[in-house]
Amino acid sequence: MDELIRILSYFVGIAAFLGLNLAYLGWVERKGAGHIQRRIGPKDVGPYGLLQPLADGLKLMSKQLVVPDNADRLLYMSAPVLAMVATVILFVTIPWGENLVPREFDYGLIMIFAVASAAGLSILLGGWASGNKYSLIAGTRAVSQSVAFEIPMLITAITIVMITGTMNLNEIIRSQSGMFWNWNVFALDKSILMPISFLVFFVCSMAEINRAPFDLGEAESELVAGYITEYGGMGFGLFMMAEYGNMMIGASLTTILFLGGWQCPFGLFPGPHWFLLKMYFLIWTIVWIRWTYPRTTLWGLLNLSWKYLIPFSLVNLLVTALFIKVF
Amino acid sequence: MSGYFSYLLNGIKSLAIGLKITNKEFLTRPITLQYPHESVKMAPRYRGHIELLMDSETGTHTCISCGMCQKGCPSNCITVKSKKVPGVKGKVLTAYILDFTTCSLCGQCVENCKPAAIDFSNEYNLASTRKEDFVFDLLQKLHPEGVPEPKVDPALLKKEQEKIEAAAKAAAEKKEAAAKAATEKEGEGGEKAEGKS
Amino acid sequence: MTLLAQSQLQETFELNIGPQHPATHGVLRVKVIMDGEYIVKAEPVLGYIHRMHEKMGENRTWNQFWPNLGRLDYLSAIAYNHGYAGLLERAMGIEVPERAEYIRVITVELNRLQSHLLWFGAFILDLGGFTPLMYAFDEREQILDLLESVTGSRLTYCYFRFGGVYNDVDDDFITGTRAFIKRLRPQIPMYHDLVTKNVILMERLVDIGHISADMCRKYGATGPVLRGSGVNFDIRKNEPYSVYPELDFDVPVYHECDSMARYMVRMDEMEQSMRIIEQALDKMPDGPVKAEKAPKILKPPKGDYHFAVEAARGTFSMRTVSDATNTSYRMRLRSPTYSNLSLFEEASRGMLLSDALAFMGSLDLVIPEMDR
Repeated sequence: MDELIRILSYFVGIAAFLGLNLAYLGWVERKGAGHIQRRIGPKDVGPYGLLQPLADGLKLMSKQLVVPDNADRLLYMSAPVLAMVATVILFVTIPWGENLVPREFDYGLIMIFAVASAAGLSILLGGWASGNKYSLIAGTRAVSQSVAFEIPMLITAITIVMITGTMNLNEIIRSQSGMFWNWNVFALDKSILMPISFLVFFVCSMAEINRAPFDLGEAESELVAGYITEYGGMGFGLFMMAEYGNMMIGASLTTILFLGGWQCPFGLFPGPHWFLLKMYFLIWTIVWIRWTYPRTTLWGLLNLSWKYLIPFSLVNLLVTALFIKVF
Repeated sequence: MSGYFSYLLNGIKSLAIGLKITNKEFLTRPITLQYPHESVKMAPRYRGHIELLMDSETGTHTCISCGMCQKGCPSNCITVKSKKVPGVKGKVLTAYILDFTTCSLCGQCVENCKPAAIDFSNEYNLASTRKEDFVFDLLQKLHPEGVPEPKVDPALLKKEQEKIEAAAKAAAEKKEAAAKAATEKEGEGGEKAEGKS
Repeated sequence: MTLLAQSQLQETFELNIGPQHPATHGVLRVKVIMDGEYIVKAEPVLGYIHRMHEKMGENRTWNQFWPNLGRLDYLSAIAYNHGYAGLLERAMGIEVPERAEYIRVITVELNRLQSHLLWFGAFILDLGGFTPLMYAFDEREQILDLLESVTGSRLTYCYFRFGGVYNDVDDDFITGTRAFIKRLRPQIPMYHDLVTKNVILMERLVDIGHISADMCRKYGATGPVLRGSGVNFDIRKNEPYSVYPELDFDVPVYHECDSMARYMVRMDEMEQSMRIIEQALDKMPDGPVKAEKAPKILKPPKGDYHFAVEAARGTFSMRTVSDATNTSYRMRLRSPTYSNLSLFEEASRGMLLSDALAFMGSLDLVIPEMDR
């Protein structure tokens, strides 16, 4: 019975937290983009445009679901659902606080990487099923992108596992307790290349979730809207929400692995507020980056991955192994 | 090898500079003008649709209905309608119709207008879903409360009336003469007809 | 093995970019045959916005053709005004007052700045960066305000007249222009920091979209496209008109022949335009702005006339055959981007789709001008 209540409360909690975040991250992004571009952003719906996500959601929900003639009906309809489901499942593993974790797995890290791959699949599926050449190109791009960036990301994650000796996300956070120099990003005593490793991981997570400057799947000036070209109404809405959800997952994972999760930088009052603070800071950085840089090409992206990120992550793996062995 | 690292370092540096610039812009005030709530002051020379100018002396326009604007218009969007009113010198404008949907605001009409009766207005807030709403009668626009009657010059009126009377007299005389001739002819014709029957 | 290779070669597909596509900036359609993400052949298809401007020039009187000039290249309409004014002034032998010439140069250069700013924003938008567009629009808005205060319009200017300009500029315009240039000067290094030096942008532009000088000559490309291929050709210097010979400015030329070179030419041209405007403001004399002897009814003597100007996108030249009536016998408009686009087919072979669209952006296309 306790277990049932626990599952139910976490289910409701995650649904509410996710719903609120996915809606308001869109608002944050629009408002942020506005101010970066000397504009104001949404302002008329509610104070500071705070009701804008609600209005957007209502509009998207009230729209007709159109399936193009060329589309594979079943796959076309299921792709956005798959994207959203994968995102929601991922939230099961995130330890928001020491005791505030929906389900503490011993292999949470593996679970995240396993399920996150489904996000790439949903993009391929959506792109292929739309029956549109632009969408198809976007789908193939997204797959080669996620394959290329999964390698350095996994190698970096393995480095962390080597340091902490566990794949339990909560354990990884616990191992970074104390002052902020115990965080993995500053753990120079474990490997001198840790800050670079953090950058590698952050860049990879940005590429994995298809955010600018790696948004080749959407590439609005080349592929119209990429894999969401043919989607309207809530199909589009789900893809958008999944993107913000993946952004949260990426930021959370970076927080957990490198920034000490719910640990306080000064060793005082650890708790979910620190986790959220770090996560939102990273999300803001992702938004900020999106509105600053132009988009890379597929080749630029693969070059980055194979020439820089993979060598650096491998070198860091070796250095870490050396440090563990020597010290 | 050194090229590899210097490229990487320069790249990261350039990206950091970009982030710094956008951050600075993020912290400065936006420049948006909240349009429906506030609006820009239009430049005096702004070219809205053309309008008839009010002449402060006469209290109405100075158009002489010469039709030069209509003739010079590249897109045929002006129609000048006028009539002759007894006692008024020249023609009197009855309607100045501008089809703004085809106007290209080139200014040929304004340049062609000798009495400088038309000029560009500053009106820019024109929106409608029906294209008939953009066919203006500029005369009506100038006098929304009703077009005043043209001022009649009594001397001219008298002259004209005399002229008309003289013309009427002449016409009557002519008519009389014609009638006379006709009756004479009729008499002949009648006789002929009678003879025939 | 050979069978497989053959079938792979044949696995191309056709992609219609446009007529409605975010990267074509108008109703241009490019029929692309693609092999994966590589372009095998790209064929631009024009004609979606053809409005018969040349024919209209033969039906309308000389004066009635004015508004058409603003609707060809909607981004550098004043340069087109200049071309038409110069054409008829040459045909009729009308002397233009000096003040009018200076006003013409100032407005044309402001218009060029405005056009390059918009191109800058739209080009980065093509490359996926949204923010520089907004910054460029902010600056451009100031130019539009300035030009509106003189010409009355913001985009489709119809400001020049045979023998001068429509009306004189006032002191507000002069001080406003000076203030604007003071404001824009420090912005350009900011653009270079934010955009030009950005490593992602460099990767997308350097060594991409190679156009040799020979190819430019073959297709008749002009303007920044030609100057980005290392050919120093600018009508303002090579066939001087108006008061350009009295003004001191450089023609930026880059020899790299790639998209970056074309980008840099335009960025440098903005600096030069600012220099020209400043000098012209200093040198501008007082006097009339319209030739007094300009006849009202125009009937240029029989003959074949030609006049070329440097518009923002390249050489715009007008040629007319007059039969001494009040309309033209034949009107010919040579617009720069039509030639600039025609090299797209040859230059884009074997390019990646994303590179080809970046390359197309670097050509700075304005569709209504190609499709006259």
